[in-house]
Amino acid sequence: MAISLRVNGTAYEVDVEPETPILWVLRDSIGLTGTKFGCGIAQCGVCTIHLDGRPIRSCITPVSSAVGRQITTIEGLSNDNSHPVQQAWIEHSTPQCGYCQSGQIMSAAALLSQTDNPSDSEIDSAMSGNLCRCGTYPRIRAAIHRAVEIYDASKS
Amino acid sequence: MNMQTKISRRTMIRTMAGAGGGMILGFHLPGASAGVVAPEPWTTPTDGAEINAWLTIDLDGTVTIRVPHTEQGQGALTSVPTMIAEELDVPWENVRAVFADMNRHLNQGQEYKVTTTHGSQVVRLQHPHIMQAGASARERLKAAAAIVWNVDPSQVTAKQGVLSSGSNQASYADFVTAAAEVQLAQEPTIKTPDQWWLMGKPLPRMEIPHKVNGSAQYSIDTRLDGMVYAAVKCCPVPWGKVKSYDFDAVRNRPGIIDLVEFHALEGKTFTSDMQNGVAIVADSWYRAKTALDLMPIEWDYGPNANVSNETQAAEAQRLFGVEGDVSNEIGSDALGRINQGGNTLSAQYHRPYETHARMEPINATVSVTDERIDVWSPTQDQAAPLRIISDHLGRDTKEIFVHTAFLGGAFGGNGGGATAVTKQAAEISNRLRRPVKVIWTREEDITHDKQRPPVYTELKASLGERGLPEAFFSRAVWFTHEGVANHGPATADYSIGTMPYLVPNRRHERHNVATHLPTATHRGPGANQNGFIIEQFVDEMALAADWDPLEWRLEMTKGLEPWQRVLLKMKEVCGFRTDLPKGQGMGIAVVEDHNSYCGACATVSVSQRGQLTIDKLDIIINSGYLINELNASEQLEGAACWELSHALYGGLDLENGQFTNTNFDSYHLMRMPQMPSANCYFALSEDGWWGGMGEPGGPPTPAAVANAIYFATGKRVRSTPINQHDLSWS
Repeated sequence: MAISLRVNGTAYEVDVEPETPILWVLRDSIGLTGTKFGCGIAQCGVCTIHLDGRPIRSCITPVSSAVGRQITTIEGLSNDNSHPVQQAWIEHSTPQCGYCQSGQIMSAAALLSQTDNPSDSEIDSAMSGNLCRCGTYPRIRAAIHRAVEIYDASKS
Repeated sequence: MNMQTKISRRTMIRTMAGAGGGMILGFHLPGASAGVVAPEPWTTPTDGAEINAWLTIDLDGTVTIRVPHTEQGQGALTSVPTMIAEELDVPWENVRAVFADMNRHLNQGQEYKVTTTHGSQVVRLQHPHIMQAGASARERLKAAAAIVWNVDPSQVTAKQGVLSSGSNQASYADFVTAAAEVQLAQEPTIKTPDQWWLMGKPLPRMEIPHKVNGSAQYSIDTRLDGMVYAAVKCCPVPWGKVKSYDFDAVRNRPGIIDLVEFHALEGKTFTSDMQNGVAIVADSWYRAKTALDLMPIEWDYGPNANVSNETQAAEAQRLFGVEGDVSNEIGSDALGRINQGGNTLSAQYHRPYETHARMEPINATVSVTDERIDVWSPTQDQAAPLRIISDHLGRDTKEIFVHTAFLGGAFGGNGGGATAVTKQAAEISNRLRRPVKVIWTREEDITHDKQRPPVYTELKASLGERGLPEAFFSRAVWFTHEGVANHGPATADYSIGTMPYLVPNRRHERHNVATHLPTATHRGPGANQNGFIIEQFVDEMALAADWDPLEWRLEMTKGLEPWQRVLLKMKEVCGFRTDLPKGQGMGIAVVEDHNSYCGACATVSVSQRGQLTIDKLDIIINSGYLINELNASEQLEGAACWELSHALYGGLDLENGQFTNTNFDSYHLMRMPQMPSANCYFALSEDGWWGGMGEPGGPPTPAAVANAIYFATGKRVRSTPINQHDLSWS
């Protein structure tokens, strides 16, 4: 059935079953492949996107639940790597294989939109649903602190 | 690094028509203005020319370096250009990297020599011919200029992209075409480390900006016109068979196109990991996967359905009493000396199966037509998918084009070109004559991974003068696919057979038990399992005679400079001590792996109820030479996390011939709250060698943690995962 969606500010109409996870609509119907498939059961976080600004696991969230709401994916975070989280990620040489990083960055961006200056334990808590097999966790933690500085500098 | 780095064009994936075509990713360096997609630079340089297979130079001075290795974050896409730019002597900001064309490689004399990416080999083993390619290009440029300027080549200097001699000066670009024609009387030798100006600098990996915005293309991201999707299910007991299925039950669901059966190749079970199973093909992967979940399938598990962790443990106990293959012997009659009694000790250790679980599930996309075949697969050998498909479909390699994408992890599990999935996609596309993308579910990925093999090891020692061991004996029982030591006797015995400690009489024996379960290399093969075992038993030997573990290791490696350098650095920077209050502990370990000597020092806290926290982790490495400290630190941290994951949380459950914990709700990995920050120290020997960096951070780390746990609790943890042990104390 035809479903209307709004992704990164653009309207799309897709023909899928309403229970189809948002992940597969993004990747296969719309062609936004920055959001990744990892486990299919909301255990690894590589599929993390924002629904009305809040982080969700798109691999288990049916597309029907996104109707009338704003979807933001990694491609919509900025169009020039200028988001403070992206800048901090580059500065700290954070990604290795990179496959989990879309999800990591979307979780981090959501955390910073809700918490001005998260502590290490707040970071650990917000990021604990995002697996990284390359072991970039210490760099992610440092990069989130750095993103706070970049964000603050941009406001002053 | 320039914080304002912009990606002006998305990295794209394209299928080129015509010979030599293929997807190529290009990068300007961080700090440069754009990440760009280079159009087929190996055949049609934009406005320059190639000097040899490795590089082209454009008129604007841009140097495009073709990398025949793959990139999983370990840095080949940066280290290969670094080595070539070092020799060529061009400004680093002018360098871009692209993946090399494997069709050209296999059909034009294998110019790149080696196309695999594993075992820390790119820098460690391939540097001579990679650097040679840059040096040769530089000398050809000088020779070409010398002819025009009518001077001897020795009068021409080549520096930072500029050729000069007296009042003559020109850009490299001006002489590229002429240089390609030059025949050198003698090829130059490569630089020695004292001559390096670029190697040794902490360069950021150049693909990083593409990995923060979703534009980096992985194999699983391939999209082609008319592409269909397949979900796959193979017999959960490897080499079992499909008894029956009911496609009619699901064939009328929306988007369903076809069902394809796969058959394991008779007699090729080792070289091919193609299993018996079925695929459902649909117009979207989710539709295919849902239909496959709903379709009734019955399996014939075959003769291996009784194998379990328990049957393997029992077999190991039996084989502890049977002499194995001797893989290392020094002195004489180590076991006899121990059996005479005296001050002896013995212990049994165990590491279970582990899986690769790279975050990108196994997948492949293949397009078969009468004219050509295009393939995208997550491989650690760029050339392998081409060979696999040529062999499987009987097509000429000239018609097959491999498109290299980023790897979403691989860790030794994708070495053979992701063999099974590549063949599956090839079979389906060959039948339907449409492009098809096969994606394995996470459950399929773990069930049918080539796992890290388990090992059971019994160790014995007798202590002599000054409490130091005078005899050491170990007997290991490995369970590997078909009993083949497919990760090699050298690596299976690594860290035990090759331990440095100067014990006068020592002997290591190994059994390789055949199983039906595919096994393969796994980041730090052998050394990870054995490092945990031997470096704890070392502490057991030291403490049995009241030695400080660090002083024991210094004493037992006397005269072995690379080891001493690591241990002395550890003594200097880690503050190792054995007198912390109960509930706290420090532990150390040191292991040689891939030609690097690596030590770890862990500080832990264990609550009275047994809750473990790793408070601090120091890693000290001696790799001889070091070409990029930033990248090296990333690899050390990564390898430490990798192996802590397995040691703390991992372990595959084997029941009824199949693995049962096949997703991340039951196969647990390290998560952010558990990961300590790691401090990396470099203690490099002055008479260098080329040590690896991808694996060595792993093997000593869990042993250091376990040794620290012993000091904190008095409990010796001799098997993993550690989180299944009761660490409580009172």
